[in-house]
Amino acid sequence: MPSSTDLGRPDPDPTVALTRDGRPVSDRGDTVCVIGAGASGLTAVKNLREHGFGVDCYERETGIGGAWNWRHDRSPVYASTHLISSRPFTQFPDFPMPDDWPDYPHHAQLLSYFERYADHFDLRQHIWFGTEVVRVEPVEGDRWDVTTRSTGGYGPERTSRYAAVVLANGHNWSPKLPRYEGLEQFRGEVMHASSYKDPAQLRGKRVLVVGGGNTGCDIAVEAAQQASHCWHSTRRGYWYAPKYVFGRPADQVNDTLLALRVPLRVRQWLYHRTLRLTVGDLTRFGLPRPDHRVYETHPIANSQLIYYVGHGEITPVPDLTRFHDRTVALSDEREIDPELVIFATGYLPRFEFLDGAVLGDADGSGRPRLWLNAFAAGHPTLAVVGLVQPDSGVFTIAHWQSVLFARLLALRTARPDRAAAFGRRVAAGLGERYSPKVKDSSRHWFEVGHADYLRALQRALDELEGK
Amino acid sequence: MSERVRIVRAWEWARPERPARREVLSVVPELEEGKPPLLFVPGFGHGAWAFAEHWLSHAASRGFPAYALSLRGHGGSEPAPAATLRSYTHDVVQAAAGLPRQAVLVGHGAGARVVAHALARYPARAAVLVAPVFGGWGTFGTALRRNPVGTLPAVFGGRLRLNRRQLFSRELPDGEARRHVARLGRAGRRAQWQLLTGRQPEPAVGRPPVLVLGSPDDRVVPSAALARAARRYASAPLLFPGMGHDLMLDARWREPLDAILDWLEKDPAPARG
Repeated sequence: MPSSTDLGRPDPDPTVALTRDGRPVSDRGDTVCVIGAGASGLTAVKNLREHGFGVDCYERETGIGGAWNWRHDRSPVYASTHLISSRPFTQFPDFPMPDDWPDYPHHAQLLSYFERYADHFDLRQHIWFGTEVVRVEPVEGDRWDVTTRSTGGYGPERTSRYAAVVLANGHNWSPKLPRYEGLEQFRGEVMHASSYKDPAQLRGKRVLVVGGGNTGCDIAVEAAQQASHCWHSTRRGYWYAPKYVFGRPADQVNDTLLALRVPLRVRQWLYHRTLRLTVGDLTRFGLPRPDHRVYETHPIANSQLIYYVGHGEITPVPDLTRFHDRTVALSDEREIDPELVIFATGYLPRFEFLDGAVLGDADGSGRPRLWLNAFAAGHPTLAVVGLVQPDSGVFTIAHWQSVLFARLLALRTARPDRAAAFGRRVAAGLGERYSPKVKDSSRHWFEVGHADYLRALQRALDELEGK
Repeated sequence: MSERVRIVRAWEWARPERPARREVLSVVPELEEGKPPLLFVPGFGHGAWAFAEHWLSHAASRGFPAYALSLRGHGGSEPAPAATLRSYTHDVVQAAAGLPRQAVLVGHGAGARVVAHALARYPARAAVLVAPVFGGWGTFGTALRRNPVGTLPAVFGGRLRLNRRQLFSRELPDGEARRHVARLGRAGRRAQWQLLTGRQPEPAVGRPPVLVLGSPDDRVVPSAALARAARRYASAPLLFPGMGHDLMLDARWREPLDAILDWLEKDPAPARG
């Protein structure tokens, strides 16, 4: 079992190796590099340690928790962020959240959960805080040169050579802003949801929220309570699933059906039926009829949106066409005059420190081609952890991805034949999808169904271990 | 233990265990020595009190933060007549994850079976199975032979009554033994049944080293069962002749505990696999 317990700042040893441009590289032996100490990074550190690997984790912020740490400048959470998947689906499978927590914990509770996870498994000693990764380059022997510097670009760059790299830099920090004609001349305030933190920002204003995702719906609900008027623009009709059905968290009811192996079509029918009976016909409120079946887009778990639409506090509007000086034109020819426009239009994953070709994205489309959303062809010692948008919690998935990667690394020395077979499997399965037919699937390329995805992961693990 | 790891647990996610108020007694050393916390899990009928008697304070005096849990329906925990092995496992994992650092799980009797289940859901630093009752009909047969009156009602959902002779050696003063037996409670009816018929534990996560110990003169766990339990974890049991089933309450309670702590201080290597 490879193991490296030599802790301490990796100091460059000039006798070992040089980078391509002639700078010294410190050789970290069998140590694995993990980029990011958010939820995915933490579980990668923990699982790699558990499998006997030395780990250096680089975190650009000064604390753990990544997106879930609201102090971080890249954190997308706002004051009222709560989980949208209930506890059993959200927690790490081997470190449950306290059972006296609510079904849908608040983001501050989630951060304290990660803090406890890090302390419980003594992970902080492996994390270099305030250090950002500038470059990750493959070198011969399937190893990696990782160049880091202090966050903000201060201090010299250092390069260390690692046996493997885990990319866990998250995908909810680089805002995606749609382009609209005339947006520059619009005189009102425009912001992306990533800068929305507190309902006070909405108070007394006429607010337009753009985007029908969970964040868009959350902000629309807050605007309904705080703003003087709220328009909510969505491109299409969605299924707004309540957070509770039949007195239980909706995802638990859904997984009851999954556990009973009820086929997709039947589940869709039951779902439609339940929504029809409980929420009712949404077109009555002026919302467009969904143009797809449920499970075909990212689920929206929001019990309050319809409530406020019904109270007239939210005016649903269609897509925007263009901005004017003070008004916004809608696709149904109407014009509205918001003072504040919030784009809840999502985020784009970015790996700015890595050549796109490594992840199979040579043309820079921002869409890596991976197997299991984690493994790149031709790079057996590289894994992306947490690059999934499941219809459930991410952390369970990130945990098992990192377990699979740790076992793969261990088998590279113990059973090279199995590791090689895994490599062939990666190359054959690039771009595989793990969800029922997804609407607009090029945009939602890393959307996965949690059950389909985890079953695929289970098969990969069994195949790897020959069980 | 070549069984595969289970990733999809749709049924468990869909039906999370009901929370129950748990009693956790603790004795923590005055000086933090960086030793892993121990979580003691008593067997059926026993509560955290069984470890509070001697073991907690002795472990703490040797620098180990020591905690003892009462499974739901036992000791000072919330009554839970409908508890199952899964509820008990939930209690152990919750208590373990609630400790400040990665814990060593120490299960006694049927509590060892619960710990074995918990090991599949929590990567313990190490595990110790003390006089483990892994259940099955063989164990039942032994109990029936040794104590038919106390055992038979359990088949029909009644209480399993263990007597002094099963639990303690003759060295333990009679008064003390009576006092302990009087404190015994009962496990959930379904949990008792599952001990006989339930599914065997899944493989442990996080490759914890496992120590099995017991007494060849235990009147609940026969030597063969002890050896079998140890073989599950690729080891042999550590034996303390002359002691009863309740090693933590018997007259020579110090010896097995010191053996456990010595083993932990040697920092056993992780299990293979």
